[in-house]
Amino acid sequence: MEIAVIDYKGGNVQSVLYALERLGVQATLTADAEEIRRADKILFPGEGEAASAMHELRAQGLDELLPTLKQPFLGICLGMQLLGTHSEENDATMLGILPFAVKRFPAAADYKVPHMGWNNLQRLRSPLFAGLQEQDFVYFVHSYYAPVGEYTIAEAEYPAPFSAAVQHQNFYAVQFHTEKSGPVGTRILENFLKL
Amino acid sequence: MLTKRIIPCLDVKDGRTVKGVRFEGLRDAGDPVALAARYAQEGADELVFLDITATNQKRTTLIHLVRDVARELDIPFTVGGGIGTVADVEVLLLNGADKVSINSAALHRPELIDELARRFGSQCIVVAADARYTAESGWQIYTRAGTHNTERDAVAWCREAAERGAGELLLTSMSNDGTKDGFALDITGAVARAVSVPVVASGGAGKMEHFTQVFQQAQAHAGLAASIFHFGEIGIRELKEHLQAQGIPMRL
Repeated sequence: MEIAVIDYKGGNVQSVLYALERLGVQATLTADAEEIRRADKILFPGEGEAASAMHELRAQGLDELLPTLKQPFLGICLGMQLLGTHSEENDATMLGILPFAVKRFPAAADYKVPHMGWNNLQRLRSPLFAGLQEQDFVYFVHSYYAPVGEYTIAEAEYPAPFSAAVQHQNFYAVQFHTEKSGPVGTRILENFLKL
Repeated sequence: MLTKRIIPCLDVKDGRTVKGVRFEGLRDAGDPVALAARYAQEGADELVFLDITATNQKRTTLIHLVRDVARELDIPFTVGGGIGTVADVEVLLLNGADKVSINSAALHRPELIDELARRFGSQCIVVAADARYTAESGWQIYTRAGTHNTERDAVAWCREAAERGAGELLLTSMSNDGTKDGFALDITGAVARAVSVPVVASGGAGKMEHFTQVFQQAQAHAGLAASIFHFGEIGIRELKEHLQAQGIPMRL
């Protein structure tokens, strides 16, 4: 199985590569269109700021390529938000693969921003979560979120429900860090690799 | 519901853990990777590695450590200790660190926080602040391993760090550190109320009740400790079960 991890200087890709290595899977870190197109599975991790990530994707022509892909695709953290249409973070126009607009968590005394730490997954509805249970914990670090919509396949609350995971056709994405979420995260990665 | 976090801290020198760490069944108790894996297995929510290496090889040994930990561990970890430049941070993040904590360098040149947050995102920039209480001056911030008084007010500095883009504050009370008499509830609570980012409380943990207090009375988001975990005085799982029974949300 050929696995491509998309390289666009989008943050902590090394952790994702190590997580795949722990699963005994070889992956290639690449921005090459040919290599990405012929991969069996694609991972799209991301951290940092939305507008600069989009700038980097455009500079490499990936904004044109990614929406055309047909194989199972997994966005992680910022890699999920980039699949939406727009982000409040520096008014960024995103890839538009999914119909959500990314918003900033409102600051509130008991709800610090970033939303950082372990939170429960709820209302799981995807083969991506096979073997998981409602309320299983995963690790989140983010200040922006995608609202719940028809594309939502798992939710979390902070304090209102938001999309912890989304899907449209072959495009799956999670807001949390699968590679940093202990055995639960590992199981999700394994499930993705079996799609 | 977002849980409170329990974070063991490992002091590392020349790539080995120091301060004496005892664990049954670990062949080599000085190996930070083996220890980290043990803590992860016991339910630690995150780990902090504090590098106290003073030699020229510091950078190389730290990069090796980060790489080894990232390769083995599937929970988040923060690296701190003598980190002073954008380049220092970049190499640690590229090798798999989830967060990097800066301390003296941020006080020396506060704009560093803005630069790091802009470049890497607030989510991976932790500002560590060491505070000490005196009757004359209240809580003030110290640097250089607690030897130098910056004369900055602790709450004011924490607020500035958060406004400049720190995604988390790691607040250590030097007045409590090592006493095992409990966390500094007053300053931890004051900082947690003053800033819009999560606060990790450090210094003074000796009993399970101390964690209950710092979460319930001081609204800390995470509690960090070293020796009580290293010497097995408190097990991480038993601590988390105890806190859960007190109504504090925990990942179990």
